[in-house]
Amino acid sequence: MSPTATRSTGTDARVDVRKTYKLYIGGKFPRSESGRSYEVVDGRGKFLANAAQGSRKDARDAVVAARGAFAGWAGATAYNRGQVLYRVAEVMEGRRAQFVAEVRASEGVAERRAETIVSQAIDRWVWYAGWTDKLAQVLGGLNPVAGPYFDISAPEPTGVVAVLAPQRSSLLGLVSVLAPVVCSGNTAVVLTSELRPLPAITLSEALATSDVPGGVINLITGRTAEVAPWLASHRDVNAIDLTGAADADGVSWGDLELAAAENLKRVVRPAGEGSGAVEPDWSTTPDLGRITSFLETKTVWHPKGR
Amino acid sequence: MAKFEYAPAPESRAVVDIKPSYGLFINGEFTESQGGSAFKTISPATEEVLAEVTSASEADVDRAVAAARRAYNGAWGRMSGADRGKYLFRIARILQERAREFAVLESLDNGKPIKESRDVDVPLAAAHFFYHAGWADKLDYAGLGTNPRPHGVVGQVIPWNFPILMLAWKIAPALATGNTVVIKPAETTPLTALLFAEVVQQADLPPGVVNIITGAGATGQAIVDHPDIDKLAFTGSTGVGKMIARSIAGTRKKATLELGGKAANIVFDDAPLDQAVEGIVNGIFFNQGHVCCAGSRLLVQENIADDVEKRLKRRLETLRVGDPLDKNTDVGAINSKAQLQRIVDLTAAGEAEGAERWDNGCALPSKGFWFRPTVFTGVSQTHRIAQEEIFGPVLSVLTFRTPHEAVAKANNTPYGLSAGIWTEKGSRILWMADQLRAGVVWANTFNKFDPTSPFGGYKESGYGREGGRHGLAAYVTTGDSK
Repeated sequence: MSPTATRSTGTDARVDVRKTYKLYIGGKFPRSESGRSYEVVDGRGKFLANAAQGSRKDARDAVVAARGAFAGWAGATAYNRGQVLYRVAEVMEGRRAQFVAEVRASEGVAERRAETIVSQAIDRWVWYAGWTDKLAQVLGGLNPVAGPYFDISAPEPTGVVAVLAPQRSSLLGLVSVLAPVVCSGNTAVVLTSELRPLPAITLSEALATSDVPGGVINLITGRTAEVAPWLASHRDVNAIDLTGAADADGVSWGDLELAAAENLKRVVRPAGEGSGAVEPDWSTTPDLGRITSFLETKTVWHPKGR
Repeated sequence: MAKFEYAPAPESRAVVDIKPSYGLFINGEFTESQGGSAFKTISPATEEVLAEVTSASEADVDRAVAAARRAYNGAWGRMSGADRGKYLFRIARILQERAREFAVLESLDNGKPIKESRDVDVPLAAAHFFYHAGWADKLDYAGLGTNPRPHGVVGQVIPWNFPILMLAWKIAPALATGNTVVIKPAETTPLTALLFAEVVQQADLPPGVVNIITGAGATGQAIVDHPDIDKLAFTGSTGVGKMIARSIAGTRKKATLELGGKAANIVFDDAPLDQAVEGIVNGIFFNQGHVCCAGSRLLVQENIADDVEKRLKRRLETLRVGDPLDKNTDVGAINSKAQLQRIVDLTAAGEAEGAERWDNGCALPSKGFWFRPTVFTGVSQTHRIAQEEIFGPVLSVLTFRTPHEAVAKANNTPYGLSAGIWTEKGSRILWMADQLRAGVVWANTFNKFDPTSPFGGYKESGYGREGGRHGLAAYVTTGDSK
């Protein structure tokens, strides 16, 4: 049941129209090509929806979509990307009641807490919207080489980034790992929280109406243990964020990192000690770490002379 | 072949709603002056009176500064950077939403072509707010030093050549860094600043954070001299800039000054000439040449001088001078009678000193202030038209033979705001850029502006930068707190 869908009371209760939760690939909302779905329940075990159970093929399709969108997104002006990310915040703000209801249902938190979470998620887009046109100024610059050369270094996005979204924080955690990937011009394939995927799909509906070009952000719902290895070993994925390995059933982040080594993906390990993994506190203001993890530095030399 | 004439394509004035008279925007609302007088602002294209505006008195300045101080000590000073940023994002969005209104009003009050106000001034002003909005909660990353924090109340005095854009250049970084503002638009172009007051209201900015007061030089001087102003930001003439520097000498007031220029636009013989000619035209005839960084001195390599001159004149004969609100207009009205007189005087001096004068001979409207696009050839370095800022659609052409000579001539000015280089050779661009004593150097382009890109001059073109990371520096103090 869609958490926001039921409003009526009493005997004249209207039969509500329930939403089908689907994947978000290449700007479209397909069902899983596998035809599978899985049951999503709320904090008390009550049925919420049947989510699409994404497959290897869905993940590969998403990578193709992300690769196709990369040149355009990375090539867009930083100003343009900033406005698009800010637009996501605007659209989320307009739909905040829906997000609050879904976070409440998915995470089993009280309304006030859900309000705070949604506010922080919206503000996080704003934080990263402001970074798009400042990264090069903060991270790049002129190198005073000992010779008659103009020599400058600047950051560039690394490419297609696979993201295992946090398992517990279904919206704030998701935005906190997704926005830093795309703000610099990467495109993303996100494997959502396995047990709490609904806010992610609602976010994809906001993304689809926020001027985010199709394919820049792709969201797959399903079993993390099933799909993550395909992303970790995919040769056309340039980086992978393993944050969502924490609390994911049957997932070893070490194995995923091993698979990622085959094409030297840039890997962000989950927080925690040793082989363990814990989900971080998403309420604090981020630093640049999640952005820089998915950047390359390009240095250009040019001679000077009359 | 038959020559096709352009049909008139006037932009509608219906989008703007000009009030008969305006008060002063102090503490979040329009108020009547205390002891000030009124003056008229006109359309320089028609001399039509657009509105009556207030010449603010010292008492008005005092009220505005007090309101700014209260806001600084109150809501604005306590606000987080993230929340300040959200207000700036709102302002950026409202400017985008009301872009057409601002563009039409700007062209009416200033005389600049609608295609420039529509495609340059207003979008850049919105972009400036958008860019600085993002900095408000990221100042620790800007490399400014430790513990960056605002100065307090900033007094800002801006010119008439880019009224709303200069307002954005001033207000956006001041607010992003947590200062509050008392700003005075130029006396001939107050209307878009007064419309901006509505934007401030629509954005629900706390009262007193932005105060907009109108008036002429005396009002500006009252801002400069006010004891409770912590920092001044001025864009305008070098003469007034020096007066401000003298006024604050021996005080603790900080200042940034963005002043005049006499930029050299240097064309080498390997330059792509058609592009270079477009760049030369853009460099000096953009905004009627009312641009501090205008490429007012063309330095062209001797062996291509005749060719460039011929192409340039041919191009200038196609420039369309006239109604600023016509979407086909390339060159609009001179901003004021006084400015027109200055251009007339300086060009007369150019002729008297022996330079050869040429203009495109276009018809000019009978009312309003107009000046034909004009080129002087045979100009020597000692001529007044090679030394003084004309601030009008007048180009002085000089020649050179070697890169060293080009550098020497380009730098032979008390100014140092900008320069242009036209050559296919990348290494020469970078070598030239190193030699030029100018704050902005354009290569194979000219008059490019972006909120991320610092702008400002060397030498008597002023000090401080606006835009980019460097522009923030003017609005913060760093290091240990007292």
